Amino acid sequence: MNPTGLALGVALVLGVFAAVLGAATRKHLRARAVGAVTALCGAAGTIAGISAMCGTRYYAAFPALLPLSGVTITVDSTSGLFLAVTGAVAFVSAVYGVGYARADANGRLPQAVFPLFVITMMLVVSAGNVGALLVCWELMALCSLVLVLTEHHRRPEVARAGRWYAVMTHLGFVAILAGLLVFTAAADDDTFPALRVAAHHLSPTTASVVFVATLLGFGSKAGVVPLHVWLPRAHPEAPSHVSALMSAAMVNLGVYGIVRVGFDLLGGGQRWWWLLTLALGGISAVYGILHAAMSTDLKRLLGYSTTENMGLVLIGLGAAGLVADDPVVAGLALAAALLHMVNHAAFKTVLFLAAGSVQRGAGSRDLDALGGLSGPMPFTTAAFGLGALAASALPPGTAFVSEWLLLQALIHARPSAGAAAVVMMPIAVAAVALTAGLAVATFVKAFGVGFLGRPRSAGAAAARESPASMTAALGIAVAVCAVLAVLPTILLSQLGSLASGLLRTGSPAAMDGIVVRLVGVSGALSPLMLAVVSVGAALGLVAVVRLVLTRQARRAARLWDCGAGPLSARMEYTATSFAEPLQRVFDDVVQPETDVDVTHARESAYLVEAIEFRNRVLDRIERWLYTPLLRAVSVWAAAARRLATGSVHRYLGYGFYTLCGLLILLAVTR
Amino acid sequence: MLRLWRRIWRIGRAAEPAPAGPVGDRPAVAAGWRGSVQVRHVDAGSCNGCEIEIAAAFGPVYDAERYGARLVASPRHADALLVTGPVTRNMAEPLRRTHDAVPSPRVVVAVGDCARDCGVFASAYGVVGPVRDVIPVDLEVAGCPPRPEAITEALRKLTGR
Amino acid sequence: MSALGIVGGVVQPLAVVAGSPVLVGMMRQVRARLEGRAGPGIAQPWRDLRKLFGKEPIAPRGTGVVFRAAPYALVATTLVVSFVAPLATVDSPLDPVADLFAVVALLTAGTVALALAGLDTGTAFGGMGASREMTIVALVEPTLLVAVFALSVPVGSTNLAAIVSSTLRDPARAISPASLLAAVALVIVIVAETGRLPVDNPSTHLELTMVHEAMVLEYAGPDLALVELASAMRLGVFLALLANLFVPWGIATTAGPFAVLGGVLALAVKVVVLGLALAVGEVFLAKLRLFRVPELLAGSFLLALLAVAASFFLA
Ligand code: SF4
Repeated sequence: MNPTGLALGVALVLGVFAAVLGAATRKHLRARAVGAVTALCGAAGTIAGISAMCGTRYYAAFPALLPLSGVTITVDSTSGLFLAVTGAVAFVSAVYGVGYARADANGRLPQAVFPLFVITMMLVVSAGNVGALLVCWELMALCSLVLVLTEHHRRPEVARAGRWYAVMTHLGFVAILAGLLVFTAAADDDTFPALRVAAHHLSPTTASVVFVATLLGFGSKAGVVPLHVWLPRAHPEAPSHVSALMSAAMVNLGVYGIVRVGFDLLGGGQRWWWLLTLALGGISAVYGILHAAMSTDLKRLLGYSTTENMGLVLIGLGAAGLVADDPVVAGLALAAALLHMVNHAAFKTVLFLAAGSVQRGAGSRDLDALGGLSGPMPFTTAAFGLGALAASALPPGTAFVSEWLLLQALIHARPSAGAAAVVMMPIAVAAVALTAGLAVATFVKAFGVGFLGRPRSAGAAAARESPASMTAALGIAVAVCAVLAVLPTILLSQLGSLASGLLRTGSPAAMDGIVVRLVGVSGALSPLMLAVVSVGAALGLVAVVRLVLTRQARRAARLWDCGAGPLSARMEYTATSFAEPLQRVFDDVVQPETDVDVTHARESAYLVEAIEFRNRVLDRIERWLYTPLLRAVSVWAAAARRLATGSVHRYLGYGFYTLCGLLILLAVTR
Repeated sequence: MLRLWRRIWRIGRAAEPAPAGPVGDRPAVAAGWRGSVQVRHVDAGSCNGCEIEIAAAFGPVYDAERYGARLVASPRHADALLVTGPVTRNMAEPLRRTHDAVPSPRVVVAVGDCARDCGVFASAYGVVGPVRDVIPVDLEVAGCPPRPEAITEALRKLTGR
Repeated sequence: MSALGIVGGVVQPLAVVAGSPVLVGMMRQVRARLEGRAGPGIAQPWRDLRKLFGKEPIAPRGTGVVFRAAPYALVATTLVVSFVAPLATVDSPLDPVADLFAVVALLTAGTVALALAGLDTGTAFGGMGASREMTIVALVEPTLLVAVFALSVPVGSTNLAAIVSSTLRDPARAISPASLLAAVALVIVIVAETGRLPVDNPSTHLELTMVHEAMVLEYAGPDLALVELASAMRLGVFLALLANLFVPWGIATTAGPFAVLGGVLALAVKVVVLGLALAVGEVFLAKLRLFRVPELLAGSFLLALLAVAASFFLA
C-alpha cells in the first residue's frame, strides 16, 4: 500500500469513526468529537489527493464488496485533485462545525451523516469502476439530502427545498446511470481501463448518447442552467458548514464527472459536444450571476454565484474540447477551468462560512436586514470582504488569475479550430466579460450592504462575533485563498501536467515561482508582483499623506445628514434598492414581478393612506420550464390515481390485461 | 449643434473684465488658501432674492469662478459658508450642523441685509435672529439684495485673487 | 527589467500625478471659455488640491476602515497602472504586471473601493451613488474586457508593451475594422468610467443626479484631495491608454534622455488633444437620464463584441 492508498484508507476509517461518534456520543461532546475527527479525515483526504497529484497512483480491487461489478479504487492525478479539494474543504468545514453545529445542527442524525457525506464524496472520485461510482454517487446524494433537511422541523422552506433537491438529484442520477450503462454495455467490464478501450470502437451515436446523458446528469449536480433550480434552494437551506461543503466540494464532482467521462474515458470526442458544454457554461455563468445580483438572501446569492462559477468552469472545459487539435490552447483552457474550480472552492468556502457566522451572529441572512457588522464582527467582515474580492475577479484576488487564464485560452484559440470555434469564441468572451462585470456589482452589494454602513435591524445591531473555532476555520480558509491568489504557480504546474495528461499533450504553463508564463503562446502575469506593487503603492501613499501632507488631526463629526436628521437605518440603501437599477437594465431577462398597491383614504381618492410595494425576482427558467412540467406530471398522477381504486379484483384484471397485451405484442412482432 | 456653435462664436466672451482687487482686509483664516475657495451656500430663510444674485455672481458675466471660488455640493468639501436670509427657527439647528460639518479652517459669509440684521424680516415670529447669533460670521455683504459685484468682491477677499 | 522600463517607471507616475490636475484644469478652462466665462486658469485644480491637503481630515461617526482606506486604494491602483502601462515609454519596469486585463481590473478595483466607501457611510446618497456607479461598472468592465480582447487577438498577447510595439511596427493595424470598432467602444466606456457627460455631470450640485459625487459627499480635507487627484489621474491614464493603444507614435523606445523627453511630450500632446475634444464635446451634450445610460453602454458593448468578431473573422 503506497502513501496515497494509506492516506485514503486512514481518511475513510476516520470518517466512519466520526460517524459512529456522531451517533454514539453525548450531546455536549458530539460537536467537538465529530468536528475533530472529521477534520482529521479531511486532512488525510487532502494528503492522499496531493500525493496522487504528485504521481503516486493507487489501485485496489475489492471484487466481493459489491455484487455483479465489485469495487475498484483508482486514485490517479485527476482523482487526486478532486480528492485534495474535497478533503481541504471538509477540513475547514469540520473545524467550523465544532462551533457552528453545537448550536444549530447538533442532532444525532446530522452529526453522524456529516462525516459520511465527506467520505462518500471522496469515494466518488476514487471509484475506479462504474458500479462503485454509481453507488457512491447515490450515497453521497442521500447523505447531502439528509443534511439539507437538518432544520426541516423549524422552517417549512427547508422541506420544500429538500423535495426539489431529491427529485432533481435523482433525475440527474437517472441520466448518469443511463449514460454509463450504455457505455458499459459496449465494454468488457465496467472498470475505467476497459471503458477507455471500448471508447475507440464506440459508434458516434452511442458515444454522443453517453456524453450528453452524463453531461446532463453531472451538469445538474454542478448546478448548470437549466438544471440548476435545486441549487439556490438547497444550498442556502442547509446548515452553513454543509452549504460550504456542498457548494465548494460537491458541485466539483459534477465537473469531475464531465472531465472523467468526456476527456478521460471517451477521449475528447466530437466537436459539437464541447460546443454544447460551452453554451451551457456561458448561459449558466450569465444567468447565475444575474440572479445573484438580484438576490437579497445572502446564501441564495452565494448559491447562484456557484452556478455562475461552474458555468465559467464549463466554458473552460468546452473551450478545451473545442480546440482539442491545438494542444497548447486546449491544455491552457483545461488548466484554467481546473484552477478556477479550485479557486472557487476556496473562496466559496470562505463566503459560505462567513455567511453562516452572520446568520448565527445577527440572526438573519436577509441582506435587507443586515449591515453595520464591521464593528461587532470584525473577523467575519474581513473574511467575507476578502472572499468577495476573490469572487469578483479583481486583483489581487483568486478568481482574477483563473479568469485571466481562461481569457488567455480564448484569445489564443486560433480560427484554425473551425468555424464553430470562431463563432463561439466571441460569445464565450462576452459571457466571461459580462459575468466579471456583474460579479463585481454583486459582491459589492453583498459586502457593502451586508456588512458596512449601519445595522438595518435589531438583530444586526446586536450581532456578536463567532466563537474561536469558527473564526479559526475562516482564518484558515482565507489564508488558503490568499495563497492561491498570489502564488497560483504552486498549483498551476500540477494542473498543467494534469491537463496535458488528460489531453495527452505538453504542459501549457511554465512557472518560475512568481510569474505565470504561458508556453507556446505569449502571455505572462505575476499576481504576486501585482499584489506587492499595489500594497506597496498604497502604503507609500499613506506614509506620504499622513506624515508629509496632513497638517491637522482627524476630527470625529456627525454624518452629513443635510443638517436635518438624524439619519435612520430606514434611509439607507438596501440590497433591493442597490440592485434596482441593474434589475431595470436586465428587465427583459429576469422579468421581475413588481406591484404597487395604493390604498386611498376613505374621505377622498386624492388622499393616500398607504402604499405597498412588492418586488420579486422569480427564476424565469423555473417558471417556464418546470411549472408546466410539474403541472403535466400532476395531471398524469391524478389520472393514474383513478386507476388505483384499492379493489383487488381490479388489480388482478390489470395484470390479466397486461399479460394478454404482451402476448399479443409478441405474437404480432415475432 | 451648428446653431449652438454659431452662437458660441457670436457671443464670444460674456465675462466683464475683472475689476480692481478688493479693498478692505481679508479674514485671517483665509490666508492659507491662496487662490482657491470652495463655497457651500445655505439658505437660512431668505426670500430667494439673494439666491438669484449669488447665481448671477457665478454666472458668465461676473464669473466668480475666475477668482478660484467654486460652489460645491457638500459642506465637507467647503471652506466657506455663504448664508443668506434671517435664520428661521427651523433652520437654526441645521445651520449649526452645517457649520460643524465644514472642516476647519472655515469662514462664514453672511450675504444680504437679512443675514446681517434680519432686514425686512426683523422681529417676525419665525425668526431667531441674524446669522451671527447662531454661528460666528467672518464677513458680511450688505444690500437687499446685494449686487453680484459685492458678492464677488467678498469671495475675492477669501481667495485673495 | 530594462533601463527604459526603469526610466518609464519613474517618469510616468510623476508625469501622471503632476499632469492630470492640469489636464482637468485645461478641460474646465476650455468649457469656461466656450460658455463665455473667463475661467479660473489651468492650474486651479492644483490650487484646490494644495488647499485641501492643508485642511482638517474628518472621520464621520459610524464609518470604518473601508471609508478611511478607499481614497488610498483609489490613488494606489491608478499609480500602479501609471507605473506599468506604456504611457511615455514602451517598456515597463514590471513586464508581467503590464497586462491589459490586469490594468482594467486594477482600475475597476479602484472604483469598487470608492463604491464600498459610499456604502460604508450608511447615508442615502452614499448608497445611491454606489448603486449607480456599480450599475455602470457592471456594463463598463465587460466592454473594456471585450474591447481589450479584440485588440489582443491580432497581436496574440494581452501584454501592453507587445500591443503598442506591434502597432508601431505595423501601422496599418491601427485602422483595421476591429481596431476602429474597439476604439469607438473604448471612447464611450471611458467617458462613462471617468464620470463625464453625458453619463455623469462632474459639476453637478444636485444630489439626485449624481453618480460619482454622491459617493464622496462625506470626504473632507486630505481624503477629498486624494479622491479628486485620483479622479483626475484616472482620466489622464484612461486617455493616455486610449491614445497609445491606437496612436502609439512618439512613445519612447530607447532610454536616451531625448527619447524619454519626446515620449513625455508626445504623451502630453495626445492626452491634451483628447481631453480638449472631450471638453468641447461636453459643451454640446446634455446629461442622459440614468436609465438611458445602460442603452448607451449596451451599444458600446455590442461594438466591442463586433470588434472581437471582426478580429476573429478577418484574422
Ligand atoms: S436681503 Fe433682501 S433679497 Fe436677501 S433674503 Fe433678505 S429680503 Fe431677500
